[in-house]
Amino acid sequence: MTRDELKIKISELLPSAVFEEGGEWLNVQIDPAVWLPFAEQLRSSPDLSFDYLFCVTGVDWKTHLSMVYHLSSTNYRHTLVVKAKLDLNQPEIESVSHIWRTAEFNEREAYEMFGIKFLHHPDLRLLILPEGWEGKNPMRKDFEDPVNMIKL
Amino acid sequence: MYRESTIVNESASLPYNGGDEGDMIINVGPQHPSTHGVLHLIITLNGETVKKVDPNLGYIHRSMEKMCESLTYRQFIYVTSRMDYLSAHINNHCCALCVEKGLQLEVPPRAQVIRVLMDELTRLASHHLWWGAFAMDVGALTPFFLAFREREMINDIMEETCGTRLTMNYMVPGGVMADLHPDFQKRVHEFIAHFKKKIDEYDELITDNIIFQNRTKGIGYISKEDAIAFGMTGPSARGSGVQCDIRKLYPYEVYDKLQFDEIIETGGDCFARYMVRMKEMKQSISIIEQLIDNIPEGDFQAKTKAVLKLPKGEFYSRVETARGELGVYIISEGATTPYRIKFRSPGYCNLSALDHMAKGQKIGDLVAIMGALDLVIPDIDR
Repeated sequence: MTRDELKIKISELLPSAVFEEGGEWLNVQIDPAVWLPFAEQLRSSPDLSFDYLFCVTGVDWKTHLSMVYHLSSTNYRHTLVVKAKLDLNQPEIESVSHIWRTAEFNEREAYEMFGIKFLHHPDLRLLILPEGWEGKNPMRKDFEDPVNMIKL
Repeated sequence: MYRESTIVNESASLPYNGGDEGDMIINVGPQHPSTHGVLHLIITLNGETVKKVDPNLGYIHRSMEKMCESLTYRQFIYVTSRMDYLSAHINNHCCALCVEKGLQLEVPPRAQVIRVLMDELTRLASHHLWWGAFAMDVGALTPFFLAFREREMINDIMEETCGTRLTMNYMVPGGVMADLHPDFQKRVHEFIAHFKKKIDEYDELITDNIIFQNRTKGIGYISKEDAIAFGMTGPSARGSGVQCDIRKLYPYEVYDKLQFDEIIETGGDCFARYMVRMKEMKQSISIIEQLIDNIPEGDFQAKTKAVLKLPKGEFYSRVETARGELGVYIISEGATTPYRIKFRSPGYCNLSALDHMAKGQKIGDLVAIMGALDLVIPDIDR
């Protein structure tokens, strides 16, 4: 599907979706509450069939957090970027690890680095940070480490 | 002080679910020769059968993404050489591409060809070293020493042109840092002539070896659908029949003008992944041969401003490293440093499929499965 066709199809599926201008691929802003049913439709709809989740990451915007999902289809080779705005103090979003298995690992990384809680994740625990890590999440913008130099 | 016993106790106390009574939990790594780096696996065994593999990462995590947030668009590229140190060139290449995308910078044809040549030499060195290490994993020691011989030759060629052997830092936004060494073409010709003879010999030595085949055929199977779902890329996914070569799907530089095949095997096991890499080496040789006598004259670097500023927006670039798809995702706020940078590393996603592949296999085969995935730990612990 081309970018415009994709845009029409997505707005049919999810009328509340907000599209962003610019960017290499179609960018869509969604409400985190609708992410799980929307993700299921993206994966299972025969003319979308987004089966390849190639980049999952969080972003700290200081006023809020956001999750960014880069999706692609190995059949049609179209790409979609889904973004969900999360609350800074209580970031929560549904896990999609049962739809795309790769999300399980990537969500664990976002969990420890940004403190985003993935609801119904099968195994949400620290992966990279040492066991018993206390303190802020390292990838947040307000994280400072006076001992280990991380700023050059 | 018995350091070992302390480590075992610490690891055993890690939260773990899914084990039954009678299961044995053992630690492989973080310092184990077969994990090729500091990878720590907590393995649940029932007898000799693997029930669960739980990777524990972070031993060499350097927080590169955070570090890059305070580095300029020229500086951050050098950090990424330390990511996947066996494809240092290709990492740099992906970062340079992403910055060029943001600046809408045209790279001179000479620089494009030099970049592709360097990428393919890197891929050859990486796959060849993997060949030796993998053979060693399954019990053949000689290939490990043989692999280093040809890799040294490639490193020598790199050293002449780039100045360093491993972390080359040769790609800059707009082209390459310096022109090729005058002897470059001659040395590459010599190397290719040598390597072409040797690769058939190596093929004969290992590929048809019955012990090797018994250790790899039918081991670590993953289906095409599962490989896609786990986000696997590179030779590991192509062994399961996934079409995922970025050089073919989303060509960058001069790859769309070159004649080469995307190698796809359908076995889905360790042997299929081995065959993909062996055949890919031959494709890389072919690419180098097509380009080495056709390097266009001209500038090796586009003219850029001293201070690079990316416009506000988001940029994503992807390349095919020796291990799979590397993605660089830059969020720019219009400053001289990135606001957020994400490296989508191939090794991280490939590792996530390890548990799925190893489940139900014997512990002895786990080493073969890990070897066939070609894990480079700094690439996973970015």
